Amino acid sequence: MQIQDAGGQLTSRATYQLADLADYLARLVLPFLGALVLTTVVLLTVDVAPLDAYRILLFGAFSTPIRFGDMVMLASPLILCAGGLTLTFAAGLYNLGIEGQVVLGAIAAMIPLRLFPDLPPPLLWMLSFAFGAAGGMLWALLAASLRLGAGVNEIFAGLGLNFLASGIALYLILGPWRREGSASSSGTALLPRELWLPTVGSLRLAPLAPIIALVALVVVWWVLSRMRWGLEVRAVGLNGAAADRLGVPAVKRMAQAMAGCGLLAGLAGTLQVLGVFHQLIPNISSGVGLIGLLVVLLVLARPIWVLPVAVVFATFTVGSVQLPLTLGIDSSIAGVLQGALVLAALVSRGLMQRRRRA
Amino acid sequence: MNQLAIDLGAVLAAAAPLIFATMGALLSERSGVINLSLDGTIMLGAMGGFTVALVTNSVPLGFGGAALIGAAIALILCILSLTLGQSQTAVGFVLALLGIELSSFLGAPVVRVPGPSVPFLPIPLLADLPIVGVVFFRHNLLIYLSFLLVPFIWWMLFHTRMGLTVRALGERPAAAFARGVPVTRMRYLMCILGGALVGIAGAAYSLDLRQGWSYRHTFGMGWIALAIVIFGGWRPWRVAFGCYLFAALEIVALRSQRTMAGVPTQVFQVAPFVLMILVLALVNLVSSPQALRRIASLPPTLRGPVAMLVSRLAVAAPAALGQRFERP
Repeated sequence: MQIQDAGGQLTSRATYQLADLADYLARLVLPFLGALVLTTVVLLTVDVAPLDAYRILLFGAFSTPIRFGDMVMLASPLILCAGGLTLTFAAGLYNLGIEGQVVLGAIAAMIPLRLFPDLPPPLLWMLSFAFGAAGGMLWALLAASLRLGAGVNEIFAGLGLNFLASGIALYLILGPWRREGSASSSGTALLPRELWLPTVGSLRLAPLAPIIALVALVVVWWVLSRMRWGLEVRAVGLNGAAADRLGVPAVKRMAQAMAGCGLLAGLAGTLQVLGVFHQLIPNISSGVGLIGLLVVLLVLARPIWVLPVAVVFATFTVGSVQLPLTLGIDSSIAGVLQGALVLAALVSRGLMQRRRRA
Repeated sequence: MNQLAIDLGAVLAAAAPLIFATMGALLSERSGVINLSLDGTIMLGAMGGFTVALVTNSVPLGFGGAALIGAAIALILCILSLTLGQSQTAVGFVLALLGIELSSFLGAPVVRVPGPSVPFLPIPLLADLPIVGVVFFRHNLLIYLSFLLVPFIWWMLFHTRMGLTVRALGERPAAAFARGVPVTRMRYLMCILGGALVGIAGAAYSLDLRQGWSYRHTFGMGWIALAIVIFGGWRPWRVAFGCYLFAALEIVALRSQRTMAGVPTQVFQVAPFVLMILVLALVNLVSSPQALRRIASLPPTLRGPVAMLVSRLAVAAPAALGQRFERP
């Protein structure tokens, strides 16, 4: 069979498939190579054997059950955030406000815990998740209405709301929700033990966290790729004006995508409170929103890829915790590696597009 | 009175790094390139500038190093977005995070190491003037340069041929192209120059305002600078006003910490962002078609002043900001 390509030449299908495969491989391999080169250069400047560092980054998270548990507890909110971000990314929005949505989710999740501490824990957890989801959604809708109602770019609205959210968290920690006795910016008082999400044995792994994350991811995948709603959202992302002419309520779909992302970010914030920190701390999100943004820049609007990439990113971060002790280098190399991966992916994407155009 | 003069002087000094950062961002954005990496660039500039100054024991070399770092990050942004066609937002965001992490990693050995700083340089005679001397002439070279930078950028943008070209790049790149301006090359130039200024802003923290280096030393200043550029409507004087306003808020926060314990300083940290959002929303709302129609239906005596006020307030972003330019 013959296919006519853009240049008007006839090429056999086999050549095409081969070119496709090469394209696909290049898209997968180039980012890794690029990131590896960049990170290795950085490692060499501080006189560390790169292989030792990579071994810890890649396998450190699997060295003990405790570390594996930590990895899962980091991957879960990350999956929620990145999964939510595929929605906004599909709608063509850069939801840089996701950090604030996580923080607001965490704050809202604290409300029922403080108001009704005597309810049975399972009921309280449900309330807490519901409040957290609503809090994250509220914050996302605030950014959405600034964008869609007042024309404030969602990037700057989101950034501003991020700082506002962490300002509110700090205010609560130092003010109304401060610890009995001494107010401390380190966080509110720890929750009573029976309110912590149940864990596996002595690990910090709460099975509910990955379950919620995976269910949410499947829902996102279903909604985005199997429902008309997802198709419309993606149409809006590709060309809002055109979608609008064709009868897709573009503004509504964008707001809904933001709300969905905020909801998931709020769940992530709730997990941080109930499952990870068991208190409200100033840095309650611990950057999962930002890492989620990196993940979504790698996977674009394809939720299926969120799972492996989020797990790999969480592996790097958890593995890197051991670096200061074992190799005497700072753990932020994990962030360098994550950033380098995305940067290299952007480079290879750009090179491919350029080659295709040429 | 004297205390007020000292405080005013402190405000001018505290705003200096922000002046460098915002003027850098302004150059870049006026030419149509949004450099979202500011936070990472400032952080890496601060770390790199401090390290270079420490190793060479030369403050000017430190600033040179920081400027090179800023220019290099801007160059990467340009290659990826202008040449390889990737989203400026995406690339800038990744570079911001990467810069922050790199500064933490590479800067670990120099955390809290004492190092050189910009020497105090009161201007002879002028420094002895009452009040004015205290406010303006008892600083160091860096701060004097920040005073000069704003009028220079303003003059360059609005009173030179070069500035006209730069503004055309941000508003109507196709028109500039038709008049023979090499759009992409000029955008590279402006973005890299702007990036160098942002790098210098980083060194201004580590070598002057907050001497030394520590983990996430300049946390959030890049985002604040980006917010101030918008708050200032891409006009050099207004942007500078935003910088001084923010610095004044910071100084007030420092003072109030002593007098009114209990008011968290975070309130002041958040203020520029809330202001930015409010200003952006206001600008967009007053310049909307409905609002303009309402103004047109006002009684004639009111219409003129209101319309003028709105046109003064409602400064739109450069029309081609963040957009790709394809040669026609």
